[in-house]
Amino acid sequence: MAFDIQKIRADFPILSRKVNGYPLVYLDNAATSQKPQAVIDSIVYYYSNYNANIHRGVHSLSQEATDAYEMARKTIQEHFGIKNAHETIFTSGTTHGINIVASGFTNLLKKGDEIIVSAMEHHSNIVPWQMLCERSGTILKVIPMNENGTLQFSAYEKLLSEKTKLVFVNHVSNALGTINPIEEIIAKAHEKGAAVLIDGAQACSHLKPDLQKLDADFYVTSAHKMYGPTGIGLLFMKEKWGNILPPYQGGGEMIKEVTFEKTTYACLPHKFEAGTPNIAGGIAFGAAIDYLNTINFNEIETYETELLAYATQSLLEIDGLKIYGTGPSKTSVISFNLEGIHPYDIGTIVDKLGIAVRTGHHCAQPIMEYYKIPGTVRASFSFYNTKEEVDLLVKAVKKAQLMLG
Amino acid sequence: MTIKAIQDELIDEFSMFDDWMQRYEYMIDLGKSLPIIDENLKTDDLIIKGCQSKVWLNATLENEKVIFTADSDAIITKGIIAILIRAFSNQKPADILSANTDFIDTIGLKEHLSPTRANGLVSMIKQLKIYAIAYQTQLKK
Ligand SMILES: Cc1ncc(COP(=O)(O)O)c(C=O)c1O
Repeated sequence: MAFDIQKIRADFPILSRKVNGYPLVYLDNAATSQKPQAVIDSIVYYYSNYNANIHRGVHSLSQEATDAYEMARKTIQEHFGIKNAHETIFTSGTTHGINIVASGFTNLLKKGDEIIVSAMEHHSNIVPWQMLCERSGTILKVIPMNENGTLQFSAYEKLLSEKTKLVFVNHVSNALGTINPIEEIIAKAHEKGAAVLIDGAQACSHLKPDLQKLDADFYVTSAHKMYGPTGIGLLFMKEKWGNILPPYQGGGEMIKEVTFEKTTYACLPHKFEAGTPNIAGGIAFGAAIDYLNTINFNEIETYETELLAYATQSLLEIDGLKIYGTGPSKTSVISFNLEGIHPYDIGTIVDKLGIAVRTGHHCAQPIMEYYKIPGTVRASFSFYNTKEEVDLLVKAVKKAQLMLG
Repeated sequence: MTIKAIQDELIDEFSMFDDWMQRYEYMIDLGKSLPIIDENLKTDDLIIKGCQSKVWLNATLENEKVIFTADSDAIITKGIIAILIRAFSNQKPADILSANTDFIDTIGLKEHLSPTRANGLVSMIKQLKIYAIAYQTQLKK
């Protein structure tokens, strides 16, 4: 299918609204993406036609809902190239997935063991591990960063040792857009016998990872960043780990048999899916993936790469504008500052002009610490954004510079 | 001048502008007239941390009136602080306590005082009042 931008924009009803009197220019896709009509419809249709609790009832509605939910799991499994449906675990999002794994390792680690994080992580992929360290006496090591926002791979290799038990790195940095060399990171960790978790929150709207080929032990992501609803996400976990890690939460759905003497746990994936799940969310997550595949990820990558190049070039024409994250391999995210101007001020002015960007530390304070800045302005692009919108951003930033400089 | 009179004066000044850009430019200009807190006082004790911009606020009591000095690392935040301080500084603690900030709404800058706006201003207003309470207690003794 040829990439028809006007047709694609028409799929997203919110894109036609106005903000502060101007047509909305939505450039905060890394925080959350907008939803196509197909996703919105799947939620409305579920609640209007077959809402019921799943995996429990013998009645027809419950069966329909269960089928749709499990069908979505299948869609997700196939999209990510996951070998088994039971390795495809529904969570409430990336944060939840990371916490399931971090909590599960508590009794698998001992004092003096080491775990490795990168310098460019979201707080979600730092704090649960620090909590794990407090519980288990494990030591946290950090892969340092280069000025251009890429990881120092040789430093990573030096950090790895027989003591390393776990490595967790994001596929794509939310604050910089850097795509990390996760294939190599995983291979090196596996040589030392360490397990690897990849935080794919920022990757899956831009790329289509093949998890069987990738060979990560764990891969987590959130549906809301890939055009699906909030409150639902994926935790891929290799079967082996699914059997080793203890459940995270107890409750209904996750048991095989309960007596007051002893409870046995259900098999994967239900072992990690306690309680009534976000049924509509799961179904809509599947709908989002179906939608993305009608556009096709090759088309998405080509279009976004071109948009990124255009936006980078246009923004750099502004005097005193500095981009953070200039590595060779990036998704369509541009983090920047104007010399002598606080990012909060720029964000406030461009918002007045109908442009939504994110300002601040982007939940990645260590990166801001590295650059010694209070934060950045981040424009993150989707395939529904256009060059005209880039031009509007550039114009708005220039206006802000004039007013604030 | 009473707080109310100063607030009315500010409303008057802002009413001359008919679009947001002019209002913002004026606010940014007012920021330049802010009585700046002494650099030495810009410590963690006097910082009010918003999630994004920082605000420093200090108060002293002179002739039974509270004098505020402040600063921010963001220029728009600084503009709003200047407006607030113009209204609340050099006033009696009791008057500061009984005044409100509704005039900011009238001026058309309401969005900056939203509790969800991560700029530290809501906490700053709270802090202004806390200083006023402290000095009022001191004066009563
Ligand atoms: C790289 C990265 N990791 C984790 C998260 C957390 O995702 P969620 O809030 O959906 O759990 C985000 C969200 O901003 C992110 O960008």
